[in-house]
Amino acid sequence: MRTSMKEVKFRRLNRREALKLSPALLLGAFAIPKVRDSLLLRGLKFSDWASGLWFRRGHLARTYSDSEVTPLDRFPFNSYDVDDPGIDLGKWTVAVSGEVQRPGKYTLDQIKALPKVRQNTRHVCVEGWDVIGNFGGARISDFLNLVGATRNARFLFVACADDYYETLDMPSALHPQSLLCYEMYGQPLERGHGAPLRLSLPTKIGYKSAKGLTEIRVTNVLDRRGYWEDQGYSWFCGL
Amino acid sequence: MPKDKAGPAVIEIESAKGGGMALAAYEHPWPIRFCHWLNSISLLIMVGSGLRIFMAFPSFGPRVPERELLRVPEAITLGGWLGGALQWHVTFAWIYVATGVFYVGYQVFSGHYRRVLFTRADISGVWPMARHYFLFGHKPSLTEQYNPLQKLAYTSAALLGILSVVTGIVLYNPVQFSWLAWVMGGFHLARLWHFVVMCGLLAFVLSHLVMVILHGWDNFISMLTGWKKNPEYLKE
Repeated sequence: MRTSMKEVKFRRLNRREALKLSPALLLGAFAIPKVRDSLLLRGLKFSDWASGLWFRRGHLARTYSDSEVTPLDRFPFNSYDVDDPGIDLGKWTVAVSGEVQRPGKYTLDQIKALPKVRQNTRHVCVEGWDVIGNFGGARISDFLNLVGATRNARFLFVACADDYYETLDMPSALHPQSLLCYEMYGQPLERGHGAPLRLSLPTKIGYKSAKGLTEIRVTNVLDRRGYWEDQGYSWFCGL
Repeated sequence: MPKDKAGPAVIEIESAKGGGMALAAYEHPWPIRFCHWLNSISLLIMVGSGLRIFMAFPSFGPRVPERELLRVPEAITLGGWLGGALQWHVTFAWIYVATGVFYVGYQVFSGHYRRVLFTRADISGVWPMARHYFLFGHKPSLTEQYNPLQKLAYTSAALLGILSVVTGIVLYNPVQFSWLAWVMGGFHLARLWHFVVMCGLLAFVLSHLVMVILHGWDNFISMLTGWKKNPEYLKE
């Protein structure tokens, strides 16, 4: 025996049922430019937060055999302004400041005196291409010990000779594969690849690996988050 | 209301002008309808922004091919620039995933999945239905809300949805989910699978839209109100 219903009542019932879907109209907020921009930035931030949650400091990025490495002449590089910011390599030092016990200027030799790491890791560009490169340098964590960085500091800020700048969350900076890189393919860095010192971060998208470093600051404040980040790209940008 | 274990509740409607009786079936409970529309919007946004991301490097290998094998018209993309497209993509990825989790959870816990999940019993019914649609063969008699071919299509679409997320996770964080990247044959192939899955979903959407147009207004409106007037499977 089926329930029967007057058509008028059935139409009312249909209207009520359709109204249950109205919360979906909230997505219309994405059609309002001002609201949209703030919602999208929030979405980006939320993704960064989630990506930070499942980042494991002890989990190593895959390393590759020498035969899998992309030859240096086929290793592309992106610079935001100039390929060669004109660093005087003879007089170069990096200025260290912030939450450190021994601030001041550090020379390349001081960095080279730290235990050297050579690794074949994948460098992934946000555009989508990737190359396997050979990178040599000192662990950021060793350098932070050298300068006496405060143990619980939260961020690392780096500035470059060409006004490029970047910031890193401390867990990523302390990752055992995160390098202050001064060699690629066994040779001192070429200018296009960031001579004399760059970051090499196998657990991050390429633009985090800033080149031509001139300043390193250990900090708890993020006023500027990074050249691309401040234009709307992801900050955490983990791989 | 009489409730079939694996079928919709049915009522009779008395026409206001008197005379004819119509039947109506409650085919789509609100969570299904809600997820359907939320998912259509987010899928559209994921495809549009995904194509814009793809434009930044239109390749599935390590390098850009000499000639652009796939040229994506800018007009069908979303985000305007790579950074904007990434913002759309990672924001709606969460809405897409949340909708999917809620949808699957609802299907399982309500038992509604019994109407739509393609099972072994449906296999034999696929060919007669396909023959009817594509070769104008005799129409098999319908006894359920969804015919076997429909169940196959909807079940495949749900699986493609899951695959789109899993392949996307590998592209998003290939180092943290290195085992998943390995399963997919590496980072480059994951990019290809992600694209292939999108093509599969688009093929589903396209055929779905054709069927919706062919089946008329009462069928379309049921995805808004839940109720379908005079469904075929009750006529026979």
